[in-house]
Amino acid sequence: MSILVIASHDNKVLAKSTLQVVSAASLIGGDIHLLLAGSPLASLAEEASHSEGVSKILVADDAIYQHQLPENLALLVASLASTYTHILTAADSVGKDFLPRVAALLDVTQISEIIEVLSPDSFKRTIYAGNAIETVVSQEPIKIMTVRSIAFAAAGKGAGKASIEAISALPAFTQSEFISSEAVSRDRVELTGANIVVSGGRGLGSKEQFVLIEKLAKKLGAAIGASRAAVDAGYVANDMQVGQTGKIVAPSLYIAIGISGAIQHLAGMKDSKVIVAINKDENAPIFSIADYGLVGDLFQIVPELIEML
Amino acid sequence: MKILVPVKRVVDYNVRITVQADGSGVQTQNVKMSMNPFDEIALEEAIRLKEKQIATEVVIVTIGGEVAQDILRTGLAMGADRAIHIVHDSEIPPLHAAKLLKVIAETEKPHLIITGKQAIDDDANQTGQMLAALLGFPQATFASHLEVVENSAVVTREVDGGHVTVKLALPAVVTTDLRLNEPRFTSLPNIMKARTKPITKYLASEMNVDLTSRLKIVKVEEPKKRKGGIKVKDVAELVDKLRNEAKVI
Repeated sequence: MSILVIASHDNKVLAKSTLQVVSAASLIGGDIHLLLAGSPLASLAEEASHSEGVSKILVADDAIYQHQLPENLALLVASLASTYTHILTAADSVGKDFLPRVAALLDVTQISEIIEVLSPDSFKRTIYAGNAIETVVSQEPIKIMTVRSIAFAAAGKGAGKASIEAISALPAFTQSEFISSEAVSRDRVELTGANIVVSGGRGLGSKEQFVLIEKLAKKLGAAIGASRAAVDAGYVANDMQVGQTGKIVAPSLYIAIGISGAIQHLAGMKDSKVIVAINKDENAPIFSIADYGLVGDLFQIVPELIEML
Repeated sequence: MKILVPVKRVVDYNVRITVQADGSGVQTQNVKMSMNPFDEIALEEAIRLKEKQIATEVVIVTIGGEVAQDILRTGLAMGADRAIHIVHDSEIPPLHAAKLLKVIAETEKPHLIITGKQAIDDDANQTGQMLAALLGFPQATFASHLEVVENSAVVTREVDGGHVTVKLALPAVVTTDLRLNEPRFTSLPNIMKARTKPITKYLASEMNVDLTSRLKIVKVEEPKKRKGGIKVKDVAELVDKLRNEAKVI
């Protein structure tokens, strides 16, 4: 078996999720190659070549891959596919975007967001916002899959070093064009890889009062999350949404404040190691999964908590 | 400009689903079904483009059994001009859905195809991208803002850590994220009016698409339940537990 993993990166740093996908690939077993497509990739190939389990790094360093446009990525990956039995990438916003295009170009059924590898052709994934888990068996000649990275431990540094091979870019797909990108203020901790997440819900009452969550997060060095209700109410931007339609997180500590615990929110955080819930409604569903619940007024509790930490 | 909006009938997002005891799937009989919420956002966007006189016609299309007609009527009541029903009784993977939709797109020749980023039943997040690839169209997934400028679509996409704006030459496929708009409610007069709008039927089995699945779902189970813990009496106890019992801070 031979597995191609498409790396997630920002042209400078390899995302942790890639190492988690490599570890999922190791569970399938076989030769693992890592594709880096971007520009300019500088030292990224060198960094990636020390990943445990990876035998070869393929580097497509070309301006047409700089912004990870799905049309170009898909053509590149599809052109490499014939020698592989599995093609994997992280279920992040890039992977979800381009991989179905690869699958369609190759006429292969894709398996989205696997959470467990049972055998080289059998996998588990969640459906219905995490309320059910399905086991699928693929009879496709190539298994094309996105991986829910938090379900797998990251691969470490290997003793050896993978070989590095440059590959040439394909002719560019010309009907789409990158215009601009805007990063959400990044003096913050990245949500998906955070060790501690503090999330606020509709209980915060307003955008101004959501600052309380930010203060607590700052004190703990935590990432900030929000429920869909808080996002819908306009307290925070959508990229902070934790839940099936937002981000899926599994930190060591998740603190849910003023969040009732709708199913779709729970789907995004129920794999956290320790869950704390602070809510004035003692019957809120969030308490049924929280390790430590505190019933009361968050506007009294949270400042007190910040004080005591 | 013509817009095609593929929509899917799913278990209503407010329903707490039940996994069948025999592991065969999720209970979908006798539960409330509705249009996939992300598809509803897609349709709303298409209707708004028509109201701005950028689009001239909005056509919705679904794949499903006879019962799927109900969401087409909902879509027509929201403001779609006409509907296409690809009749097929069993579940099909996104790849097959995309192939059937490609047949419709080749007949209808839309300038823009807008659909939801994912259906809330299988959470696959594939159909729009696959349809774009099969048609050779550019794509913009997870749209939070869409503007049609001359012969192109300028789309702001929600991505990890921020936003990206891309410009697509039409025809193109756009998939919607939550932030794009808030779908309207249908009014009674519009529901009445929708009854006379046309629905064209196709039989999936007669569309020259191989519908043999190469992916078998062998088991559907409930996720492991997380047990609730304890209630603490005050902040001091909480901090103590987190420091000394859970050791997470």
